[in-house]
Amino acid sequence: MTSLMDHQARETVGYSFSESTAGVKQHGFYPYTDNGGSTLGITGSDFAILAGDTRSTSGYNINSRMVPKVFKIGGDDETGEGANIILSVVGFAADGTALKERLDTVVKMYKYQHGKPMSVSACAQRLSTILYQKRFFPYYVHAILAGLDEEGKGALYSYDPVGSYEREQCRAAGAAASLIMPFLDNQVNFKNQYIPGSGEGHALVAKKPEPLPLETVKGLVRDAFTSAVERHIEVGDNLQMVIITKAGIEEVYHPLKKD
Amino acid sequence: MDHFPGTWGRPRNDVYGAYDPSYLQSTGPKTHTTSPAVTGTSVVGVKFNGGVALATDNLASYGSLARFTDTKRLRVFGDQAVVGFGGDVSDMQYLDRLLESIDIRENYSSHGNMLNAKNLHTYLAKVFYKRRSEFNPLWNHVLVAGFDGEGKPFLSSADLLGTTFSAPHLATGFGAHLAVPILRRLFPEEKPIEEISREEAVDALKQCLKVLFYRDARSLDKYSIAVITKEGIDLKEDEQLEGQSWAFAERIKGYGAQTV
Repeated sequence: MTSLMDHQARETVGYSFSESTAGVKQHGFYPYTDNGGSTLGITGSDFAILAGDTRSTSGYNINSRMVPKVFKIGGDDETGEGANIILSVVGFAADGTALKERLDTVVKMYKYQHGKPMSVSACAQRLSTILYQKRFFPYYVHAILAGLDEEGKGALYSYDPVGSYEREQCRAAGAAASLIMPFLDNQVNFKNQYIPGSGEGHALVAKKPEPLPLETVKGLVRDAFTSAVERHIEVGDNLQMVIITKAGIEEVYHPLKKD
Repeated sequence: MDHFPGTWGRPRNDVYGAYDPSYLQSTGPKTHTTSPAVTGTSVVGVKFNGGVALATDNLASYGSLARFTDTKRLRVFGDQAVVGFGGDVSDMQYLDRLLESIDIRENYSSHGNMLNAKNLHTYLAKVFYKRRSEFNPLWNHVLVAGFDGEGKPFLSSADLLGTTFSAPHLATGFGAHLAVPILRRLFPEEKPIEEISREEAVDALKQCLKVLFYRDARSLDKYSIAVITKEGIDLKEDEQLEGQSWAFAERIKGYGAQTV
């Protein structure tokens, strides 16, 4: 870049051959792109939900209206049967696919070598390691991993691109994360909600967060996305919801606005 | 016209920007492709009942120079898949050699070439992703057309970053701006591909190529079109765009030196 700017400054007449035989051309190749979209995960006492829109964008273009972002990990390649962990990836889609495939292989190898399925907590730690291994050329994605923990409670882990992770009740990621996350803070963790009439000013008692029932959570997810679609151009087309319970994994699609 | 004969006959700096002299660099360290040289423009593709149609024009440009006007940018793989290449032509030829060697190796195996378009697309996407991860990209955006493992029509895209996506109709480059809206209007999402005939699909592609020829300055009215069905691949590589109407051109005024 700098060399081009220098050249521009020295330019007097537009001869194409006289100048700058010295100076090495810099790498102009940027290996990342942003494919937009948004994801979101919420847990309950006996379930976990991961959801994402199915739009793929590059700039102002819509590449496709049907590119799912939530994947079953460790199951059959085509049907996903036998999986007990789900992963959502949003950001640079090519890195997302590569990351998904690596984690899927790891979980399968674990099962072949140990004769038992990988626990969600073990998988969560492994995913962090995979991401951190590429600390200086990161997978440009925000990942969310979900499943059921050893007690059968919903487990959800969220990651940054270089592998920092944390278990949470809910998390929004991707293009519309800044629109969805405050809504979730309020509706799932009851932030800024107080018990009416419990006191005046600082004496007001905050509403205690508690696990929500599945139907309520499904409603929150759909509301979060229909609202995000209104205000973010990279979000839309279809909503993919993957629900994991002790009965197995259920996957449903709902239409979103396509504008 | 100015008073410097050295600039006469060159693209104007104030319009096109200064010439980038680094293209003429003959010394220095080993470099990777950091920008494409000879390029092909859009590829357009659409699925229809029982197959897929794919089209490109036959131009390979060197910057703004229309360098080669008979470039075949649709490459056949096996007997059920076609790849349409946009972007760098030398990288296309490299990939074509790569695919050719796979095809030959598969055909020598006991089971024959059983790789379908979906397998081919997965492979190409991985090649692109590997090369971008080495900071040595293959500067292409391709569409792969054919059939998937279940025998259903398959159309998918892969680019130099390894990004992949699939849709009932796709276009690369300028086509993503000009052809996709035409295709989305002709074949709306609620219309299943089973209701699209081969003729409709081919006509739509011709219409797209015509609009691209009108407005994409790096395009040509000679084109190639491939129709992939269960019966085989019907590839035509020396077609001429018909029914052009340049009536609209008369109304376009006010560009360049023209002032009236």
